[in-house]
Amino acid sequence: MLRKPLTAGLALSIALLAGTSAIAQQRVLTFNTDTSDPAPKAAFEALIADFEAEYPDIDVQVNLFDHEGYKTAIRNFLTADSPDLANWYAGNRMKPFVDAGQFMDVSDVWADNGLNEQLASAASSMTIDDKQWGVPYTYYQWGMYYNKALYEQVGAKVPETYDEFVENCKLFKDAGIDCLTTGTSAMWPGAGIFDYFNLRTNGYDFHMQLTGGEIPWTDERVRETFAQWNRLVEPGYITANAAAIDWQDAAALMSQGKAANYVMGNFAVATFKDGGMTDDTLGFFPFPTINPDVARAEDAPTDTVHIPAGAKNPEDAKTFLAFLARADVQTKLNAALGQLPVNNESTVDEADPFLSQGFEMLSTASGLAQFFDRDAPAEMAASGMEGFQEFMAYPDNLEDILTRLESDRQRIYAK
Amino acid sequence: MFPRPIAQRSRAAQLTYQALLPVALILWLLPLLGIAMTSIKPSSDLAAGNYFGLPTHIAIENYWTVLFDFDLWKYIRNSFIVTIPTVIGSVALSCLTGFALGIYRFKGNLLIFFMFVAGNFVPFQILMVPVRDLTLNLGMYNTPQALILFHIAFQTGFCTLFMRNFIAALPRELIEAARVEGVAEWRIFWFVVLPLMKPAIAALSVLIFTFIWNDFFWATVLTTSAETRPVTAGLSSLNGQWVAAWHLVSAGSIVAALPPVAMFFLMQKHFIAGLTLGAVK
Amino acid sequence: MTALPDAHGPKRSWWKSNQQKLTPWLFLAPGIFMFAVYVVWPIFASFQFSFYDWDGLSPKEWVGWGNYQELWGDRNFIISLKNNLIWLVLYMLAVPAGLGIAIFLNQTVSGIRIYKSLFFFPFVISQVVVGLMFAWFYAPNFGLFFQLTEWLFGTGTAVLANPDYATYGIIVAGLWPQIAYCMILYLTGLNNVAPDQIEAARLDGAKGLKMLWYVVLPQLRPATFIAVVVTVIGALRSFDLVSIMTNGGPFGQTRVLSFYMYEKALSEYGYRMGYGAAIAVVLFLIMMVFIAGFVWKMVRDERGH
Repeated sequence: MLRKPLTAGLALSIALLAGTSAIAQQRVLTFNTDTSDPAPKAAFEALIADFEAEYPDIDVQVNLFDHEGYKTAIRNFLTADSPDLANWYAGNRMKPFVDAGQFMDVSDVWADNGLNEQLASAASSMTIDDKQWGVPYTYYQWGMYYNKALYEQVGAKVPETYDEFVENCKLFKDAGIDCLTTGTSAMWPGAGIFDYFNLRTNGYDFHMQLTGGEIPWTDERVRETFAQWNRLVEPGYITANAAAIDWQDAAALMSQGKAANYVMGNFAVATFKDGGMTDDTLGFFPFPTINPDVARAEDAPTDTVHIPAGAKNPEDAKTFLAFLARADVQTKLNAALGQLPVNNESTVDEADPFLSQGFEMLSTASGLAQFFDRDAPAEMAASGMEGFQEFMAYPDNLEDILTRLESDRQRIYAK
Repeated sequence: MFPRPIAQRSRAAQLTYQALLPVALILWLLPLLGIAMTSIKPSSDLAAGNYFGLPTHIAIENYWTVLFDFDLWKYIRNSFIVTIPTVIGSVALSCLTGFALGIYRFKGNLLIFFMFVAGNFVPFQILMVPVRDLTLNLGMYNTPQALILFHIAFQTGFCTLFMRNFIAALPRELIEAARVEGVAEWRIFWFVVLPLMKPAIAALSVLIFTFIWNDFFWATVLTTSAETRPVTAGLSSLNGQWVAAWHLVSAGSIVAALPPVAMFFLMQKHFIAGLTLGAVK
Repeated sequence: MTALPDAHGPKRSWWKSNQQKLTPWLFLAPGIFMFAVYVVWPIFASFQFSFYDWDGLSPKEWVGWGNYQELWGDRNFIISLKNNLIWLVLYMLAVPAGLGIAIFLNQTVSGIRIYKSLFFFPFVISQVVVGLMFAWFYAPNFGLFFQLTEWLFGTGTAVLANPDYATYGIIVAGLWPQIAYCMILYLTGLNNVAPDQIEAARLDGAKGLKMLWYVVLPQLRPATFIAVVVTVIGALRSFDLVSIMTNGGPFGQTRVLSFYMYEKALSEYGYRMGYGAAIAVVLFLIMMVFIAGFVWKMVRDERGH
């Protein structure tokens, strides 16, 4: 009676042993990623399948994290249980990890694969101490998304300059429509608006110096940025109570025809379309010119992959990075992500008006900023965004806000 | 300000009172009723601006959506994985400590007792950084064990207070009689005291179940992924995905609230006995 | 059989004679161990952490009183402290409100038991769910409260977007379950109020507030004590509601210490473990004032037995 299950069990365990030894011959590459949303998840599954097809002796094991939870988790797994590859962001966001020696120097991958040329637009944001610390694989544009139907309704023209934009706002206001909408409940949407006012008023170099802590927040030029911004705040052209509204709720205001413009990143297109907008009703234009003498620069947050210093299989990890940087790989990956490839030899889907407009806009920009909370150190970013949120609700508090930001700057960058 | 028993008042007063009760209750539970109503509205109702009226049809599918499309069932499962061992562990530990502190007179008894009591009042934020660090070093970060062990330890404070007072109120003659008979101390615990503690164990179990189920802070601090997060923290991450979808937020909230509510209504007597311990002399 | 007592005799008798002394310690050992590792030690460790600068990645760096000096000039810390005070004061309303509802419900009519448990209901629900409910209630544009104010005053008030009202809005949400808790404590207490004393007082002409203050409340003292204790603890621990309803906003005006310490230590823009620990130490010291009071009273009662 007992024999049968016993032999079956024996056979099974032998099969299992054989199975594990077969896997053991493969080299394992562990990859921790936060690409848990449906589109990125599918895009990365395809990417990894392609990689394994090209390198059959490497087995990529993915640990999927929740997008928000990942920001906490990365600190723990880097020090406790390091994978071979990890997702992160460029610019100041990766600096604490580089400074703490948690990311591996991958300058050789850049040099050996000609990445300094192909990934030129993102090179500066990946470089610390003249070394590169990871590979960028995607970015996306920020700018002004607008409701075409509302523009027609009030007879407004798509503005080139900020003066024209403010003129339009008067028309929208008279029609009972919010000219500019935003929802700053999560803080960062307000930072996008600030970035553009500052980039258009004072230019890229000034913006980088400001976020780098080299310029006081009480500087006259910063005041000028806020003065331009205030031309929308004071007359009430921006959606009221923005501080308690989520960015998706504000997006709904635009798709429902209650708001005309929205300073956002390209990922919001999906949200607008979920709300019923189409390529016929949703439009995009670069943030209008404020100071014509200032060269046009844009916000283009870049997502990256890094090799942790504690990686167990750095050789294969570098193979993966080289693969990820390739033009054809980035073309395919970004088509699935609905974003822009960093490799300048890649192509984008011509049929998507937002991607092609974005690609054109970014490749002709004089400089690319990462985004306020990636360019400025975390603490400065937090208090800055709080200030922007307050400014939009209480523009009269500006003096107070700037004094506070300045004292924060002196403390935070002194370390 | 201390009304006479209603039975002694006029008929009109009695009727007014009985009419007032449901009105007061509806006002009191208004937020809850609003959420319950929203949870069965189809999303088209909300899009059409029907926020307060009756649903056009009862959209039970909202519940399926949150449970299965958004994996809320996983968070619910995680909550059970954390809550049940914690209840067993902390009640077991406190039976032991309560017995020791309630029966024996020894030096340091009161001191230890008040250590447990004081620990119970501590703002747990002060434990956060070291406990997180300890959990990381034990390799238990983002696992159910991390939460279970911490909760057992922390709840031991409250449970000990409870058990010790309960045991101290038991008739001492029983124990003395057993000792005269020469019964070993652990046998006194097992055969004499433990059977008498059943009501206290029941009361504590329901209470701890509710406390742990509803914990949000430690769930956020010690777990990060959908595979381990309890439902409170899960609801908070899902809330990020559900903006503007109040029918889903509502359905999710109701689901998350259900187990402790069921526990409460099933074990009401024990629950209230546990909660009000000490509220009467 | 006869040989055994010889072999084990002395040992067993030692155990027998010391059994009563040792047993409590054996029973206490697991509980004390867990409590020491997860509660007692971390309190001291937090004090120690608060003297370091540590981002969770690099080695810790000793900064002495630096974190505390920084706290002193930190506007957000002052806001949190102020909000904690508001919480503490307003949360106390739960005690009289709970008493009021308890007295209202303390009648014998048919179905009253169901009413009592339904009134108690909010306490059983997680604060996360309570927070979501009230966020929906206050939501700009379509929230019930917003519509109500719009109907009354012409313009709607978005409570959680307004720095002057947001904290109060959250406290109201917190009061809801807390009142239910106090109510149940008092209902149990009222069960034990001696009816003959009430009758006697009534014959003496005691009425209204006088009756409540001089006759009823003294008999409810144990319930009041517990209600105050749980309310103070609840007010100082308030984290869930702030985190769910406003995440500290608008522009940081609804922060409380427990939330601010989490934000500084573990949130996306934080990772200053030492600074967070310093905030926790301050919160702990505030709580210590109350803990000491509570424990002192309990020790006194204990000795009085």
